[in-house]
Order: sequence, then structure tokens, then C-alpha cells
Amino acid sequence: MQITSPAFKQNSRAALADTQLQRALGNVRAGFIDKRRKAIDALPEFDALRDSARAIKNHVLENLDLYLETYERKVIETGGTVHWAETAEDARRIALEICRAAGARTVTKGKSMITEEIGLNDFLEAEGIRPVETDLGEYIIQLRGEHPSHIIAPAVHLNRDQIEADFRRVHDHLPVARDLTEPETLLAEARKVLRKEYFAADVGITGANFLVAETGSSIIVTNEGNGDLTQTLPKVHVVMASIEKIVPTLEDAAQIIRVLARSATGQDMSVYTTVSTGPRRPGDPDGPEEYHVILLDNGRSSMLGTKFQDMLRCIRCGACMNHCPVYHAVGGHAYGWVYPGPMGAVLTPSLIGVDKGGHLPNASTFCGRCESVCPMKIPLPKMMRHWREREFERGLNPATSRYGLKFWAFFARRPKLYRFAASLGIPFLSLFAGNRGRFRHLPLAGGWTKWRDMPAPESRTFMQQWQQKEALKQEARP
Amino acid sequence: MLNPEQEKPRVGLFVTCLVDLFRPNVGFASVKLLEDAGCVVDVPAAQTCCGQPAYNSGDRADTRAIAENTIRAFEPFDYVVAPSGSCAGMLIKHYPALFAGDPKWEERAKAFSAKVHELVSFLVDVLGVSAVEASVNGSVTYHDSCSGLRELGIRQQPRALLSTVKGLQLREMADADVCCGFGGTFCVKYSDISNKIVSQKTERIREAGAGTLLAGDLGCLMNMAGKLKREGSAVEVRHVAEVLAGMADTPPIGGKG
Repeated sequence: MQITSPAFKQNSRAALADTQLQRALGNVRAGFIDKRRKAIDALPEFDALRDSARAIKNHVLENLDLYLETYERKVIETGGTVHWAETAEDARRIALEICRAAGARTVTKGKSMITEEIGLNDFLEAEGIRPVETDLGEYIIQLRGEHPSHIIAPAVHLNRDQIEADFRRVHDHLPVARDLTEPETLLAEARKVLRKEYFAADVGITGANFLVAETGSSIIVTNEGNGDLTQTLPKVHVVMASIEKIVPTLEDAAQIIRVLARSATGQDMSVYTTVSTGPRRPGDPDGPEEYHVILLDNGRSSMLGTKFQDMLRCIRCGACMNHCPVYHAVGGHAYGWVYPGPMGAVLTPSLIGVDKGGHLPNASTFCGRCESVCPMKIPLPKMMRHWREREFERGLNPATSRYGLKFWAFFARRPKLYRFAASLGIPFLSLFAGNRGRFRHLPLAGGWTKWRDMPAPESRTFMQQWQQKEALKQEARP
Repeated sequence: MLNPEQEKPRVGLFVTCLVDLFRPNVGFASVKLLEDAGCVVDVPAAQTCCGQPAYNSGDRADTRAIAENTIRAFEPFDYVVAPSGSCAGMLIKHYPALFAGDPKWEERAKAFSAKVHELVSFLVDVLGVSAVEASVNGSVTYHDSCSGLRELGIRQQPRALLSTVKGLQLREMADADVCCGFGGTFCVKYSDISNKIVSQKTERIREAGAGTLLAGDLGCLMNMAGKLKREGSAVEVRHVAEVLAGMADTPPIGGKG
């Protein structure tokens, strides 16, 4: 997909002016936060589970090569095939080869951020293969030619009435007079339309929440059951997953699942947790004839051993964006690529380069709410700061802020000079404000005064007053 | 309370740059609260800023230079106290990270950080202050500034002391723990987004229906005061220390009216 992250400021201005989007974003603030809170309050050991989940992933990341090889061996033993894809291009090519070999014309897809990351849909379409998204949110945005604005709720930027209009536009074979006023009626209609697609599909592509080294299984967690139909009905099931999805055992996956849904939607568990191990075995009532796993790196292995390794613990629950004031203000599309919110602010520069994704780690107040809710305890603000450091080292940040900072730091490093400058500047500024106590406009502070008044300094600096008082005390002593 | 037999603790006040420049009353209120609680307070002249503007802009070299000055200036004190969760968080959590692996400075930075506290939590948690001598006629609402809340766990302490201020009625706002959109340089670099966030905050403040907004961080307070003034709100904005010290008789942040 096209990267618009460098235009984050323009994107966010457009998002702030978009009244439909602002209405929809109200649901993020209202919906996710309270549900997560309730689920976590009901589980006193939640924090201990977070620590255990973090430890599992840390262990995997320290031994990733070992677990990936074990996993591959197990997949092969169970009759599946593993394909290693170093780049997005490799992954697309491999997926196409599998589809071609199966003679596929239609491909159903379960929800997968990885296929968004590699731009699989556009690629398959250009090759004459029709991808059909089967997750309701993904289906809706596919109808609109959009990309997900949230990693677990791809259509969260839309309101019900917008979706109704899309369904009426696209499902024009259905009676015009039908009732689509309730979310349930929209869901029922999508199910009906999609039902045919499951049977028409030659290949089903899903992502994976976990790849289990012990058994060679892939696990997906879903709420709609679409993932099961996507992976069991077609002849060929393709799992597309990035390398850090590995966990050692089923037990480990179960541990992490306990924090995943609670953090994401406030559910104890997602409605479906589906474990797939290899293709259909003799005697199995159903299942695909072929089972392929495409293991994508796409820059992740270069994060290992760096300050950004912790980011690879991410389990894509979305809690960070659900609690992010910046995400609440502008929504996911403003971030300009696949991954929005705080996790995107760290991951995007890793995957597309800080020269393109540099705005994202800067567009944070460092309020720390993301880290406080992250089930994997990823230090997101700290890693955003690391990106700012890389930018600063490479001179990528804008010249105005760079020189402004250097000018300020010149004084802040020299207490005596700083004090002298402040003792001149502050009384002047105070005098300039008069007795109003604030400025409506102030030279060089347009970013502030465009939206709010600038409180004026009281009179003289604290230090001026303090030193004067101390001097008087000294004099008063006998 | 500290044993009166013991020598009085020597506290170095880290004024914070914003209090020094914009709101000296908060500094004097801090001194009063500390002295009332039995401390000997001094304010070393060699301090400027905690270094966050540089640190959060990725400029580690300048941050380190500023941090070294700060550590040196406060080494003679038993405690270092700042009327800001954000600056205290920088001194406590980030200075050790800044010097990690540096043979000359790491231990020095750790020893320094171990004696730094945010003002209100220092009064309550370290000095055992459970009540203040102050009175206010009216209702207040309290905003939990992010760094104080999430880096230092400051939430109950200011509320506990406010509950002992005579005549004060606390009216909690919804989402008191949600960021006000200040974020240091964020508020000017991404001013449109910051404006959206602070607009939501002022809406919550108005809904609370209190006459005064309090918080423990001047950056957040100036942001919220500036927005409330621009919106024509009559809500007065003050630092919590001013109320706790009984020094809320000066014009509020951003002026009267």
C-alpha cells in the first residue's frame, strides 16, 4: 500500500476536520477502554500473567533461530510446507505461486495484518486472482477500497450508516426495501453474501496469532468464525505469518491467549480459537489438501539484538491504540501505513525506515498510557524516544526545531548565563502582558497561541526573588 | 512524621524551569510546605531545567550536560524535591537510564535519583504529612498529570491532602487520568492534535462543575489554563501546591477574568 506517513501532519489535519471520522472515533474511546478495565479487574492475576507472557516471548526472541527450525521440522512432519520469505516481494511471489499451482481464481482471506503489510490483495488482483476478505470489518473496507484503520477493528473509522450505504451500493442484487438499520442485519447480510465465496474459493489465506514450535501448529483467534471457514473449506490453506509469532508450546500459547483477548476487546477469550496442524489426514472429515506456511521476515530479524527487539513481543491486541489520546484524535489512517497508534509509531520506522516514518514516534505526548496497558509490557514511549535519537543523530528532524533546541540548550547548559537571560527576559515578558496575565498572540509561539492563550509570567523569576530574600536574611543576621 | 530528635532533613528544591520562569508562587508554596513539614530548604542556583526538552527530542548530548550540572548541584542534599511529576520522573527514572554503562556517572546518577521526590508524594509518603493548614472556599477538580501518575504512582497523595483543606470540595472529573495534550514540545509541533486533546480535557473539566482546576505540573496547567481562557471559561487554574500551602490568593494561572 502507498505510504503516506511523511504527510502525517496533513493527514491528521484532514482527520480532525472529518466529522464522520470524529463521530466514529468516539466509539473507540467509549467502547474498548471500559470493557478491558472490567475484564482485568475480574482477574487478579492479570499482572502476573503479563509478566509470564513477556517472559515467554523474550525467551523466544533470544532463541528464535532454534524455535523457527523446530517449527519448520514439525510442519513438515505433519505434511505441511514451509516457505521462507525474506521480503514482502518474496512473500507475494510465493503466495502467487501457490495460488497458480492450485489454479485459483478466488481466494478467501481471514483477517491478517501481514497480508496488509505486503500488499497482497492489490498484487493478487493485478495477477487476475480475486481476493475476498471474510472478516466483517475487512470485508467492509475492501468494498470501499480502503485499508484497516485499526489492527483488530479494521473498520472502526466508519459509522453504521456509512456501511449501510456501501452494502446497498455493492449488494445491488438484494431487495431495496430490506431493513439494514441494526448492526445485526448488516452482519447477517455480509454472512449471506460471503457464504457463497467460501465454497467458490480455491485457496484460503489466514494470518496467525501464534505458531507453535512443539507441534507445528498455527493458531488464530477470531470472533466471527470466518477464519475457520476460510481455512477448512478450500483445497489449499496458506498461513502467512511473521517470524516473531513463534511460541515454544501450546501451553505457552494458552498463557498469552489469556492476556490477549482481555487486552483487545475485554473478552475472557475470543469466540473462536482455532488450531491448525498440517493438511487433512486420512480419516479427517474435512480440512485442506495442502497446508502451506509463508514465514515473513521483512526487516524483523534486523530488529533482533537492537534497542527495538522488545517490539517483537507485540501480540497485536490493539490496547495501545485504544488508550492513545493521539489515536483517539486522528484515527488510524493518518499514520499513513499499515500499523497505527503507539505500536505503529515504533514498528513503522523499523519496517519502512525512520526517514519515512519519522513523524510517528514524534507525534506522542509520552503520556505512557500505552505502556501501562500493553499486555506484553513493551516500553513503547522509550522506543519512540530511541527513534527520535536516531533522527537527531542523522539530522532528520526539521531545521527549525533543531536550531531552536540548540539555542535553548546553549543556555540550559550554562546556569549563570541562563539565569542572567531569564532575569532580563521574564520581567520584560511580564510587563508586556500587563495585568491581563496572558497573551492571545506571542511572537515565535504561534503553535501555542493558535489554539490557546499563553499564560504570562508572574513578574520576576523565582530565582531572582529567592536570591533577594536570602540576601535580606543574610543582612538581617547580627 | 520524622523523629524531632533527628536533625532536620536538608532538602534541595528543584524549582523546575516553568515554575522559575512563569509561576514563582508555586516555588514559594513548595518551600512553605516543606518548611512546615520540618525540612530545611535551599535552592541551588546552578539549576536550570531537568533536560526533558532535549531528551525527548533525541538530543542525548545536551541532556547529559544538563543532567550532570543538575546532579552536581544537588549532591550535598539529603533529598531533592520538585513540584512536578514530569520533572521528578525525569530525574528519578530517566537520569539513571541516561548514564547506564558510564563508569564515571552511572553510580552518581543512581545515588542522585534515589533521593529525588515529587513534592506532594514526598510530603505524604516520606515525611508522613497527613493534613495541611489551609482553607479555600469552593470546589476544585484534580487532573492527574501523566508522568506523575504513571511513572511515579501519584494519585492518592494530592487527594488525601486536599481533603484536609478547610472548605474545599473535590469534584472529580471523568477521565482525570487522560493526557491533557501538552506533551512538552508536542503541543507546538503537533498543535492541531494537541488542541483536539486539550479541548476534550476542558470539556471534562467543565462537566465536573468545579470552580478551580488543580494539578501538580505547570506544563499541563498552562496548557489547560490557556485553553480554558481561550474558550472564555471562568474556571480558575492553580498548581496544587498553592492551595495546599494556603497561597492561592494570587491571580490564577493565565490571570483573572
